[in-house]
Amino acid sequence: MLFLSEKPLDLAVLIREVSSLDRGGIACFLGTVRNHHGHRPVLGLEYSAYADMVEAECARIVAETERRWPVRVALRHRVGALEIGEAAVAIAVAGAHRDEAFAGCRHVIEEVKRRVPIWKKERYADGSVEWQGSGAAGQRGGAG
Amino acid sequence: MASTSTTRIRILLFASYADRLGLDSVEAALPAGATVGDALAYLRALPGGDELPPRPLCARNLSHVGLEAALADGDELAVLPPLAGG
Repeated sequence: MLFLSEKPLDLAVLIREVSSLDRGGIACFLGTVRNHHGHRPVLGLEYSAYADMVEAECARIVAETERRWPVRVALRHRVGALEIGEAAVAIAVAGAHRDEAFAGCRHVIEEVKRRVPIWKKERYADGSVEWQGSGAAGQRGGAG
Repeated sequence: MASTSTTRIRILLFASYADRLGLDSVEAALPAGATVGDALAYLRALPGGDELPPRPLCARNLSHVGLEAALADGDELAVLPPLAGG
């Protein structure tokens, strides 16, 4: 697996992957697990994924971003059980200048949320467990 | 050897949809020329299938598709609950 990770994400690794002497701007995004969903306290969550399609869709997002802007993109998403505060998604986008780095980074996170088949089951302080996106409260969500 | 009159596909279910139908994968034999919408109708006839929304997100062979997309023998069709990555 290139884009899905069962281990904690390390943004420094992604930055190294996209760094080069001619790229003077690196924009990064880290989406972490919140301790609440609306007013409900969240204790932790579990991400599940359609792994084969995550890999295919993330590769398409990276390729289209690198076609649209002169940038290099590194992207990872966690799967499995995560605690509050852990990084769920990490993105590093490097370009010669900040404009393309910020634009590319924003594009990647928005497309990940819109297209990549990952789901999360939140564990609440009251003992209940719920798939996000499956109920009325679930139209937003995600660490980012 | 596949019959020309049927399209045999594998349907994958995930997360809340897998919970509702109590399965994460099912083989389906559909009439030749079947679409994604026809496969969803097949799913809706299974126990718990009536809880699927009218137009769920679907992917054919790892790419998003609409309900009108045609299915071919050997396709893998995934029915995707609202995404919650990121």
